[in-house]
Amino acid sequence: MSQSASLPLVESLLDAPLPASGIAWLDAARQQNRAAFAAGGLPDTRVEAWKYTALRALGQRRFAAVDAEAQTHAVDPAAWALPGINGVRLVFVNGEFRADLSRLDQLPAGLNVLPLSQALQGHAEPLRFSLSRHYGDVGDAFAQINAAHARDGVVLRVDARAKIGVPVQLVFVAAAAAADVAWHVRNVIELGEAAELTLIEQHIGSGEPTQLATQLSDIELAEGSQLNHTVLQQAADRTSLIRRSAMRLHAHARATLHVLELGGALVRHDLRADLIGDHAQFHSRGVFMPRARQHIDTQLAIRHQARNTTSTSTWRGVASDRARGVFRGAMLVAPGADGSDANLSNKNLLLSPSAEIDTKPELEIYADEVKAAHGATVGQLDERALFYLRSRGISMAEARALLTAAFCRAMLDDLPNEALREHLSTQLLSHLPNT
Amino acid sequence: MLKIENLHARVEGKEILKGLNLSVNAGEVHAIMGPNGAGKSTLGNVLSGRDGYEVTAGSVTYNGVDLLMLEPEARAAAGVFLAFQYPVEIPGVNNTYFLRAAANAQRKARGERELDSMQFLKLVREKLKVMQISDELLHRAVNEGFSGGEKKRNEIFQMAVLEPQLAILDETDSGLDIDALKQVAQGVNMLRSPERAFLMITHYQRLLDYVVPDFVHVLADGRIVESGDKSLALKLEEQGYGGIGASHPAGVHA
Repeated sequence: MSQSASLPLVESLLDAPLPASGIAWLDAARQQNRAAFAAGGLPDTRVEAWKYTALRALGQRRFAAVDAEAQTHAVDPAAWALPGINGVRLVFVNGEFRADLSRLDQLPAGLNVLPLSQALQGHAEPLRFSLSRHYGDVGDAFAQINAAHARDGVVLRVDARAKIGVPVQLVFVAAAAAADVAWHVRNVIELGEAAELTLIEQHIGSGEPTQLATQLSDIELAEGSQLNHTVLQQAADRTSLIRRSAMRLHAHARATLHVLELGGALVRHDLRADLIGDHAQFHSRGVFMPRARQHIDTQLAIRHQARNTTSTSTWRGVASDRARGVFRGAMLVAPGADGSDANLSNKNLLLSPSAEIDTKPELEIYADEVKAAHGATVGQLDERALFYLRSRGISMAEARALLTAAFCRAMLDDLPNEALREHLSTQLLSHLPNT
Repeated sequence: MLKIENLHARVEGKEILKGLNLSVNAGEVHAIMGPNGAGKSTLGNVLSGRDGYEVTAGSVTYNGVDLLMLEPEARAAAGVFLAFQYPVEIPGVNNTYFLRAAANAQRKARGERELDSMQFLKLVREKLKVMQISDELLHRAVNEGFSGGEKKRNEIFQMAVLEPQLAILDETDSGLDIDALKQVAQGVNMLRSPERAFLMITHYQRLLDYVVPDFVHVLADGRIVESGDKSLALKLEEQGYGGIGASHPAGVHA
């Protein structure tokens, strides 16, 4: 795993100077994470978590550490516009906060949000727990890179009992720059006791950027809080996007996640949810739909660590052309997490003979009175249903699109915001391959 | 309207239709009866264009066009409708949405104007009344969780909305209790018209008590072995398929 030090990607990332924050603990953490990356390099496919996602091609690329124009790229606001949604918005272009494109005036009471770059200039101590973490495990390369280099991101806190009525939109734009650039965002999100928040996270491209983007998010849900989190990933065709989210749910906290993974060249999301308080609930619905030569990998790890915790995860994959989808859904019910209910399903559709989907559900149970179910399938469109539709006059292409959309759309059914549901449904339909 | 000549067809390498001849004119109702394995469903599937059926000889001419050259969706647009013996469940596709997509795809293929959702809803409401189908079925996914009778009535309802010229009913009576059978028959009778022809494929005579055919044909071993009027069905009921013209093929009516 460490022979990779000579790879162009690793070289270019190690060449990049670390940002200087003037905060001793942060600079120390950055150095430590970079040292770990220098020692470990990139994981290869012998590392279990990276078995189906090879970094060989990405490893041959070089990226600049800074985009001098990040503050000046013109980006069409239509790219992130969501019908019926006009609340709080933070826009980042190539990893830098753009005040001119964001909307932070008139924050609702109880919502505290600002870009990390500003938070670090003020009283950074509350971020110490998250930002001073060391990533030392095999396969942590991108977390190490992010922890060493991220200069911006979202710092968001909802006060206890505050119910934020407007959605908060987080927009990450990759904009074509003079050089291929690597950028890194770090998000720290906390909901206080019984707080409620709707988050909409968007990844989009402007122009045809060839970039490497990493994102590291810590999400802490205090007792009884509720988070609705929707992710619409429409990164540009040649952007590699590597995200890692760590969510901790205290007693009676509830997270509901809807994810649409449509864009990007090489996309990876590691999502870990730790249910650490009794009666915590985690619900995720997702669709990944790689086409052409896209590679989209989702690694879900849910750990039930307290009593009567519940998780449901329902994901659909659709791969066409020569695309590849990867899904791993690992559920663990720890000793003592009695009465937990863990449910995971991943169904996949292959629309072409050269497409591939690798799915792996895993279940480990060390507690009593646990209800657990998991299943994964990979199949093709139902020939009988196709003929039935065609026999009524619907063309082959339309019949295939209709069945594929039906296969996916159920994942959006329980999205509470109707305008958002419609928008996601439209995006999904327009991403369907023309077969 | 439909002229089938010397039709030979294979399924998985096995010859099922062995020289079938049949002519159907507008306004006529034909019943195709026969024992299991005679090729009844194969005939329906070949006419509607299902994959896996290989025509090795003969021809099917529909309104002057070589029907066998058309894709299934083009046959539908040309006015051919198959009511399935086993209607397919399609989870996630709303019944109304599906029907409107089908109606508009056909209209588009024929160069007609597509119906907007208001116009389509109006059409559907009219047909619902005629078919005595609860509009709750419309809001469900296509055939998903429908009872056997609901599925068959949904087929007839689709037929009512799509208004085909040639309707092929593949064992639509199978698996129905007497009440459901009567409802289905009533629907078919309401759709009978001088412009429309029906081909009713059935194993039993009982459907013919409610939908009285103009012609009855006996299909045995891949050919029509006897043709007649509705009295032939009664004769079959008495004597069974064993007693009917296995020795003299032909039986083609003009």
